[in-house]
Amino acid sequence: MYKIPIGDIVEILISWLTTNFTSFFDGIKSILLTVINTFAWIFNGIPFYITILIFALIAWKFANKGTGIFAIVGLLVIQSMGLWRETMQTLALVITATFIALIIGIPLGIWMSRNDKLNNIMRPVLDFMQTMPAFVYLIPAVYFFDLGQVPGAVATVIFAMPPVVRLTSLGIRQVPEDVIEASHSFGATSSQLLFKVQIPLALPTILAGLNQTIMLSLSMVVISAMIGAGGLGNVVLRGITQMRIGEGFEGGLAVVILAMLLDRITQGLGQQKRKIKQ
Amino acid sequence: MVKVEVKNLFKIFGPTPKKIYPLIKQGINKEQILKQTGHGVGVNDASFAVEEGEIFVVMGLSGSGKSTLIRCLNRLIEPSSGEILIDGQNIVGCSKETLQDVRRKKVAMIFQNFALLPHRSVLDNVGFGLEIQNEDLNTRNQKSIESLELVGLKGYENSMPSELSGGMQQRVGLARALTTNPDILLMDEAFSALDPLIRKEMQDELLSLQDRMHKTIIFITHDLDEALKIGDRIAIMKDGIIVQIGTPEEILNSPADDYVKEFVQDVNRAKIVTASSIMKKVDTIVSSKDGVRVAVRKMKEASISSIFVVDKARHLKGIVTIDDATNLLKQNKNDLESIIHKNVNTVSGNTSIEELLPLFISSPYPVVVLDDDNRVLGIIFKVSVLAGLLGEEDNDV
Repeated sequence: MYKIPIGDIVEILISWLTTNFTSFFDGIKSILLTVINTFAWIFNGIPFYITILIFALIAWKFANKGTGIFAIVGLLVIQSMGLWRETMQTLALVITATFIALIIGIPLGIWMSRNDKLNNIMRPVLDFMQTMPAFVYLIPAVYFFDLGQVPGAVATVIFAMPPVVRLTSLGIRQVPEDVIEASHSFGATSSQLLFKVQIPLALPTILAGLNQTIMLSLSMVVISAMIGAGGLGNVVLRGITQMRIGEGFEGGLAVVILAMLLDRITQGLGQQKRKIKQ
Repeated sequence: MVKVEVKNLFKIFGPTPKKIYPLIKQGINKEQILKQTGHGVGVNDASFAVEEGEIFVVMGLSGSGKSTLIRCLNRLIEPSSGEILIDGQNIVGCSKETLQDVRRKKVAMIFQNFALLPHRSVLDNVGFGLEIQNEDLNTRNQKSIESLELVGLKGYENSMPSELSGGMQQRVGLARALTTNPDILLMDEAFSALDPLIRKEMQDELLSLQDRMHKTIIFITHDLDEALKIGDRIAIMKDGIIVQIGTPEEILNSPADDYVKEFVQDVNRAKIVTASSIMKKVDTIVSSKDGVRVAVRKMKEASISSIFVVDKARHLKGIVTIDDATNLLKQNKNDLESIIHKNVNTVSGNTSIEELLPLFISSPYPVVVLDDDNRVLGIIFKVSVLAGLLGEEDNDV
């Protein structure tokens, strides 16, 4: 039977892109690197006890007192395991990836909510982005951006963006038709409708998307350690490759603590919005 | 003055409305068109004019096209063809800017399910129309508070819509519509989602607000009692067609076809039919200067047992019975004034039968209908009240 040369085509495409768009990829690389380094520099520059305090306050404010206490205890555990630097590096990578995913994902989601054709095109693309085994992104990312944090961030963005796109689109589509009709009846322009009605009403759903995106970013970070993204992923990877069960567990535990903390905080954000809505 | 005029309005749902017009002209009905072509006929050749300050009710069952019709008036639904003149300006096919201006300044809409913005406080909901017009916050809040006062919701500025009952939410909807001070209110089944007591309360409130504001109101409902209660005129819709337009009494007394007749048969006529439609013209009446003899003669000629007495300007003086008059003649007196009974009940032309009934208990004489200057317009006998209730009144009897 004839074998469709999909793999060959992808290889040709990637090598064509790398040779012809070198300066484009270099530009992206330097921008991303600056962002990641800035975050990392900030997080590592601040003494750990102040960072812990800030986290605790944010958790207390957006979620509840329990989460605030959890922030203090959890982060102190990380500090005592000697993984503070790696954790902050991972946090910087997660925040950068989430940030980029939001910048691209929210407008894309809004556009999809208003355009059925785009919605139909994007849905399989999003499925592809989300279900393609994450490792597969790593190879072309390395082609384009070499080893290091940048390809890690790019692969993370691709893997983590779909939820925020989907949920933005869903949230806006779920705004009740009668409210939209009422807004039109008072002569609202489409941008007034978007910013005064649709986005505020979709916000809890969009925030749920943000939460999912952050969680996916964190899970991707460990994988992208394989291409030198560093951070906690490195610790876990070292544990696996060198059979150091203890160290691997410590790295994994730090990821879990960070994940729970970010999850509770962003969920708290969404619930706060929902409370206002009710 | 005509405020809103609709001429030959059509709304056909589907990809090629133009192909449907010939079918409509052939008289093929809505269901067959839907079956054959997949096109829905929403509004079929609607034409009507609404006067300034009038409450014009469009009544029909669900699927009759009434909600489509009202949405065409501010183009929430784009009409397929026809004209809609608001203050003489055709808004069908007008520019986006003109339409936006009409929606912002002239026409406001009130919705069945209130359609309030759940994430905003009552005050911010009410100010929404002005916010859209980029009005500054102070003016906005000031005007919003004024409208909230008007609908009796002062003090609820900072509540969220979800904290209010249905009736209160619709008051917010009403206040929101009033804040931009539009000439025209479009009310789409505005009270249908409310329970009966609150609905009645809101109807009364609307009528009393209308007494002060004199807006032009187009009101959609599926409830005939509501239509009859608040409508100055009523249009009855069926399958996208306006079957009949008329005052509540015209609709009740001369239904245009069987459909309307079936509709109105269960109506409590006592509330709707008014004195002026069941009264008889007074042919036999006596002037106070005529004297007793003339009165007796007139009663004998008409073979009636009592006669009304009026002065020169046709102002009612009272009633004289034949017994009293003949007694007076036997005593050789001729002073008509001395035997006039004053306990005659008088009403105005728009009194309903319901209000008339008790008057027949308190007085043995027919009820007199007076105009604004207290001149006699006509009289009502017990029997004509009964005929009015049955819908068989006939002025020739």
